[in-house]
Amino acid sequence: MMDRYTKLQTAGIYAAIAVFLIFILLPFFEMFMASLRPLEHLFRSPYQFWSDDFSFQAYSDMWVTVPLLGRYILNSVYIASMVTLLTMIFVVPAAYAYARLDFPFKNATLGIFLGVNMFTGAVLLIPLYRVLRTMGLLNTYWAMIVPGVAFLIPTGIWLLRSYLEKIPRELEEAAYVDGASRMYTLRRVVLPLATPGLIVVGVAVFIGAYAQQFLFAITFNQKRELQPLPAGLFEFIGYQDVTWNQMMAAALTGILPVMLIFLFLQKYLVAGLTAGAVKE
Amino acid sequence: MTDIAHSAELSRKPARKRTMPESVFGWLLIGPAMIFIAVIVAWPLAETIRLSFTDASLGGETYVGFANYQELLESRRFNQTVVRTFYWMFLSVALKMVIGLIGATLLNAAVPGRALFRVLVMPPWVIPIAIGMIGWLWLYNGYFGVLSGAMMSLGITDGPFEFLAHKQSAFYSAVVADVWVGTPMVTLFFLAAMQGVPKDLYEAAYVDGASRWYRFRRITIPQIMPVIVSMALLSAIFTFNSFEIIWILTEGGPRGATTTLIVDTYKVAIGNFKFGEGSARAVIIVFLLGVFSLIYLFFLNKVNRYYGSGKS
Repeated sequence: MMDRYTKLQTAGIYAAIAVFLIFILLPFFEMFMASLRPLEHLFRSPYQFWSDDFSFQAYSDMWVTVPLLGRYILNSVYIASMVTLLTMIFVVPAAYAYARLDFPFKNATLGIFLGVNMFTGAVLLIPLYRVLRTMGLLNTYWAMIVPGVAFLIPTGIWLLRSYLEKIPRELEEAAYVDGASRMYTLRRVVLPLATPGLIVVGVAVFIGAYAQQFLFAITFNQKRELQPLPAGLFEFIGYQDVTWNQMMAAALTGILPVMLIFLFLQKYLVAGLTAGAVKE
Repeated sequence: MTDIAHSAELSRKPARKRTMPESVFGWLLIGPAMIFIAVIVAWPLAETIRLSFTDASLGGETYVGFANYQELLESRRFNQTVVRTFYWMFLSVALKMVIGLIGATLLNAAVPGRALFRVLVMPPWVIPIAIGMIGWLWLYNGYFGVLSGAMMSLGITDGPFEFLAHKQSAFYSAVVADVWVGTPMVTLFFLAAMQGVPKDLYEAAYVDGASRWYRFRRITIPQIMPVIVSMALLSAIFTFNSFEIIWILTEGGPRGATTTLIVDTYKVAIGNFKFGEGSARAVIIVFLLGVFSLIYLFFLNKVNRYYGSGKS
């Protein structure tokens, strides 16, 4: 049949997939290996591919070397959660409007939202710095939350809109004909139906929020106890004697929350994210 | 909505209380997001443009006209940075597209275990870029990194090779790391697009005796072309603006070899507090990206027209 491969072809496909996955996963693998080696054996030259003294020592030492590690991880989760919450509050009504309603300048305003994607925070750092300073938000959690929300709103609107467009209109129309107000229809009819989509977009926003903290943190926040994980760890990289094994252990521990969320929801997430790509 | 209102009239329902007009309701819903974007993106953008005509620093600011721009356009170093940025963008995006296409084709092959492989591709996208770069710093380390170690045991180099210490190798090492970050998303979208291609197209071609390669070239590629071109634009914008990767790996060094526009802007504006000069650079970034996107969208329209809209 069409999808049958000969044994040789199958072997070739697996070999190619292996090369591809090695490229993708090599950094993680090496980080993990480094985290298992005692420091003095880490700094052995020439490079040794295998050592016989692996241990999980670094995973307990790291809490001492990086005293604020737990705090960094909590900060990351807290900032990402707040960003997700605020972003969704802005995104849900807007996405509904773009999916269902007709209003003046609909396409123009959608274009403006998507145009925001053209600017990463880095271009706007200077005035943002001043805005945040005037508002007295520098060196607070808000300095990292507020810009994060702004740059995730466009993506959120885009993703949720394409989900909402797939929900049949009939139910809304029925509610509308029965005399329900627009707001009531949105709250009691559309949102319950859209729950799976809301979860997918929420998780995508959370992952984005977890990933984008570095730049805003190193620019707008000087308070060590408020730093999210990437910025907190980056500070240690500059030191004279980097304890690489603990650094790697800390980095791997720090990505656990977001990796777990991803693993549990990856099926829905992948389908939700790419819905727009398939539709067109 | 109008047809509903119409049908309601026809069935002579008692007149219900007037609901909010759609246009008002629409604006009410997008209003909060609009205002937020205006304050956090649009206003700072306008402010960046204003600052670019001043010599603003920590001290104060005076209007200097086009002096900042003139200085930049006359600076050989800045021109090199612009060229380097475009080279960085084209190289990295091209690699992401090619590897993404190959990766998606592999993951689309009907072999056991592909569901697992699809999950394994995603981690670079899921984790913070900064964390991934800590991993790459380690890989690129000359004395303790696996890459240099492998090269030594294969006899390619005699001694340790510091990937990030030489101008050429630092640049290409940063490209590889950037490709690593960007590839999962590209692969995922290409894969989704490939799965959306109607099966009967392949079956018809198969019955006619078309080879796999022929089917890939004449069915898959044209069918997913719209996704390829839009992913290329998105990737280009991300890559052009990519900051963390370079900043963590090299901070723009050695000797400026990995300094792209965005890194240069950050160094000048945030590192040296020259807000005016930094703003002029930021405006140039926005201008260049804007022009690039417009040209690209023009091209995209042509491609879409040529291939139809993907599906018929």
